[in-house]
Amino acid sequence: MAVLARSAEVTRRYGDVVALDRVSLDIRAGELVGLLGPNGAGKSTLINLFVGLRRPTSGTVELFGGSPRDPLIRRHVGVTPQETGLPEVLRVAEIVDFVSAHFPDRVATPELLDRFGLGDLAKRQVGGLSGGQRRRLAVALAFAGRPKMVFLDEPTTGLDVEARRTLWDGVRSFHEEGGTVLLTSHYLEEIEALAQRVVVVGHGRVLADDTVQAVRDVVGVRRVSLVAGTLPELPGVLGVEHADGRTHLVTTDPDRLVVELVRSGTPFSGLEIRPTTLEEAFLAITSQETTSKETTSEETTSKESTHV
Amino acid sequence: MSSLILTHTRYQMLEQMRIPISWVASAFFPAASMLAFVVPFAAADPVAATRATGSMMMIGAISAALIGLSITVSQDREQPWNHYLRTLPAGPLPRFAGRIFTSMAIMAVAVIPVLVIAALFTEAAITWPRLLLGIGALLAGSVPFMLIGLFLGFTLPSKAAIAVSQLLFFPMCILGGLFLPPQIMPDFVQALSPYVPSRGAVELVWSATTGSAADPAGLVMLAVWTVAAGVAAVWAYRRDEGRRFA
Repeated sequence: MAVLARSAEVTRRYGDVVALDRVSLDIRAGELVGLLGPNGAGKSTLINLFVGLRRPTSGTVELFGGSPRDPLIRRHVGVTPQETGLPEVLRVAEIVDFVSAHFPDRVATPELLDRFGLGDLAKRQVGGLSGGQRRRLAVALAFAGRPKMVFLDEPTTGLDVEARRTLWDGVRSFHEEGGTVLLTSHYLEEIEALAQRVVVVGHGRVLADDTVQAVRDVVGVRRVSLVAGTLPELPGVLGVEHADGRTHLVTTDPDRLVVELVRSGTPFSGLEIRPTTLEEAFLAITSQETTSKETTSEETTSKESTHV
Repeated sequence: MSSLILTHTRYQMLEQMRIPISWVASAFFPAASMLAFVVPFAAADPVAATRATGSMMMIGAISAALIGLSITVSQDREQPWNHYLRTLPAGPLPRFAGRIFTSMAIMAVAVIPVLVIAALFTEAAITWPRLLLGIGALLAGSVPFMLIGLFLGFTLPSKAAIAVSQLLFFPMCILGGLFLPPQIMPDFVQALSPYVPSRGAVELVWSATTGSAADPAGLVMLAVWTVAAGVAAVWAYRRDEGRRFA
């Protein structure tokens, strides 16, 4: 399969802060890739490099075999703007017309608005839209030029459950028709629902790059759930959670944990061991990282300004 | 490419039109200067009044171009929407051209009160063809200031752009002979005058409106400034990656 977006040994610095550290990543035609990572991990910087907003300090970034800074290359991609920055005085249809005028093969404005449930709002000024409506408009803009690949940076943040499902269906049908997607999200549920491949970044590096299933397995994190009173100190526990009278322990070594639990003589009942969700796996991967390196405040600041 | 220029022009015109106060602000300064400097001092002599009217129009145009563009461009750069626009498949030209045409429209509107004041309160006299020629000269002469405005907007944060553009504006106007005719200025100002773009620009306007011979040195320098400012503006656009907090 053709590689649509590629970064090879890419490093990007902002002053002394290393936002990306020798990142190599290939995204092939037809893939739906989820990009995961805490704030300041380098997600936005990576997307900014792929869409031509920034240049790497070293290494190379390719988009459709060319440079992302070439406008002709960017005809093939769609990007979501941050909904907070949409021009307030313009009307919804005016913004869509303006954006789609940049693309040779465009979707008719009424059709695009209908697809994202904005048909009734075409004549409204953006300043009068709700947060959710702005978000949907922002996502719609990514699809205005019939792109081959879209970069969706947190497409459903701030949407209610129903609107989120509708948007997911939209992304899925784009993907089923052969479209390629790079998606970032705060909702791990979203990545699990949509993505086949997950790339976890932290501190500017790729920590894991595999299928959703494999990322869960690779960390081997399990969730041990039981009903018990006060538990003793147990080995390999990454996280503890109490819900509905049950205690949930996230661990890398459920066998040893259970052995130690039994040895301690603590009474318990209703023991369950399950594979983790992606969220738990993600927390496990990034918490291993955090212990070895502190997140710098500068990194968080640079994220503010680099957001697409 | 030309259709994208039209697209960007229309988009920026729409934004401007929905904020009518920005038009009032651009029209106010040249009209006020006209009442303060031209009506009391140069109203009696037709040629002097016509030249002074041309100078006031040029002051308004330079203000809209240099100060107006540098501030709006630098403020836009701090908006996330600007990052998004840079991901669209277009180079710098459509956005540059869109901004320049929109500024020209604002200038053309800002000229109206100046002309009304000139007609009512001074002896300034002009034929219709010379008036149109004069407005054409005004727009052409303001291009280097728009490009300098774009350059400042793309290189400076908005607070600095406000300060720097004002600092450049007044010396430009004084050295170019816009507030007072160059002939009555001190020698060193007269010596410097042909080398600032405002002199060539206003010479063009004077020549178009009164038929006087334009100073060739000023016109050559105007062309040099236009090219240099264009190169600087494109360079600034290309190196810009939005605001950085390193």
